[in-house]
Amino acid sequence: MKLSAHEQAMLDGREGRAKQKAMDLLVRYGEALGAERLVDTNNVCGTVGASTPFLREYGARHGMDAVFSEFSLDSAEVVEIPRVSVYSSHLQQGLDPEHAALQGIPPEVVKVYRQGEAYTAKLGVQPLNTCAPYTVGNVPRKGEHCAWMESSAVIYINSVLGARTNAEGRESAGAAMLTGKIPYWGYHLDANRLGTHLVELEVDVESTADWGLLGYYVGEMAQDRVPVLAGVRHVPDLARLKHFGAAAASSGGVEMYHLAGITPEAATLEAAFGRNRPLERFRFGRAERKRAYDQVNSTARDSQVDFIMLGCPHYTLEQIGETCRLLEGKRVHENTSLWIFTPRATKQLADQKGYTKIITDAGGYLMSDTCSALGRVLPKGTKVAAVDSAKQAHYLPAIMGVQCWFGSTADCIDAAVTGRWSGGFK
Amino acid sequence: MTTIVLRGRKVVGGVAEGEALVTKERISGWGGIDPRTGTVIETRHELKGKSFSGKVLVFPGAKGSSGWSSQFHVARLAGAAPLAMVFNEMTTKIALGAVVTHAPSVTDLDQDPLEVIATGDWVRVDGDNGVVEVTKKAG
Repeated sequence: MKLSAHEQAMLDGREGRAKQKAMDLLVRYGEALGAERLVDTNNVCGTVGASTPFLREYGARHGMDAVFSEFSLDSAEVVEIPRVSVYSSHLQQGLDPEHAALQGIPPEVVKVYRQGEAYTAKLGVQPLNTCAPYTVGNVPRKGEHCAWMESSAVIYINSVLGARTNAEGRESAGAAMLTGKIPYWGYHLDANRLGTHLVELEVDVESTADWGLLGYYVGEMAQDRVPVLAGVRHVPDLARLKHFGAAAASSGGVEMYHLAGITPEAATLEAAFGRNRPLERFRFGRAERKRAYDQVNSTARDSQVDFIMLGCPHYTLEQIGETCRLLEGKRVHENTSLWIFTPRATKQLADQKGYTKIITDAGGYLMSDTCSALGRVLPKGTKVAAVDSAKQAHYLPAIMGVQCWFGSTADCIDAAVTGRWSGGFK
Repeated sequence: MTTIVLRGRKVVGGVAEGEALVTKERISGWGGIDPRTGTVIETRHELKGKSFSGKVLVFPGAKGSSGWSSQFHVARLAGAAPLAMVFNEMTTKIALGAVVTHAPSVTDLDQDPLEVIATGDWVRVDGDNGVVEVTKKAG
């Protein structure tokens, strides 16, 4: 890989041991990819905290610089970590410190979390603590080279905003925070952003849940390529695009898509494909929709529901408002818990708007910073969950061994109130 | 005993050999494996319940969450990582994942490893030279 003079200087250790380790990792990673060079970035989203179970044990034993060295730089040698060089944001964490007891998190773990938070602040990383940074002010511009983790955020900023990132990992994001560099490969290059697969919609896709099902189907079919969707009748809003992308990135590995005539690099269907011809064509009709529905619901059997989890990816203020309209004046069933996850910044607005009170009065909770799958946090004794996110339905049963229903937000609130799942394929 | 030699490109250097675990399905890292045991946990995956710990993992590539690398990173520290990796599709997830797993890894092979290698075959991966030697299981 060709390095600039500045990159070589960092690799030679002229800017300290931490940047040397960071460059060493970026070079190993870039060469593994087959990248020819690195590119400058001033927008990194990653994870440096130690809030998940394995890492907090490691952090408690060895300290936070050791966590950063090992898990963000792949360095067994503990190096002193300087402030980050570029604009860096923290993604979701492993727990909500304000609801720790409810999440079954003991006080000593909250202490480790707070230490991590202070460490992160000292490094200069913005504590957005969400999987959806683009909903709370980190909105990269079209063409901006970024180094983001979190598959649902990567697909969103590539496809909806026209920013340029690959799905980075914890280590490459950590190295990018210190150096402002990332391999120039994949979705940083024009040619790789063009469409490869055509998906024609034969049914109208309107609700947020429907966009989730469509995303789940598209991910299965396109895997890690670039699908182009044609025939969209209802232009989706932020929440629908968020659920669509999250699902497509879970069932497959989609990091970039186009909606013909809607997203910024797809003014027309022809523009979305450029010089490419579709490798395959798929149709999304009633049968495909039913298949996606059955797959997303494949773990669910028992109609008695213990737990309703909303906010994957983290809910927007508008989604919280919609939930409140469904919930207002009702009570969450005594055998059921309702947890809704949102960024901390959005939580503050929800407090201000009165949404948090509506949820709390009904017996639910508005939580921040984490989610059930990432933090492995569930109400005690949960066997059957219900969600309105195809992504969460994909991961939660695998990670927590619970059954999981998928349906609309209204289906979920109905289950929260009655304690029973009455949703179904509509 | 038949030995087949595949040639490709280095992803991570080093040499390792062991029994192959082969899947034609892409693997998820975060939410797809239990890194403490190396077991695949994805609900509908053909390897669900099987562990790649101490095996040569032969697979199409990575999918899913960007937590891929950190899950394999934890698997290495937990002593549950694959011995080596042989795969077809290059992505940032698998490149970084292979790098931090420190497991000899090869891709871009001249024959499809998913066709040539079967679970239980003995496989030697020479990452530095991009060579994969396959000794077919007897019978």
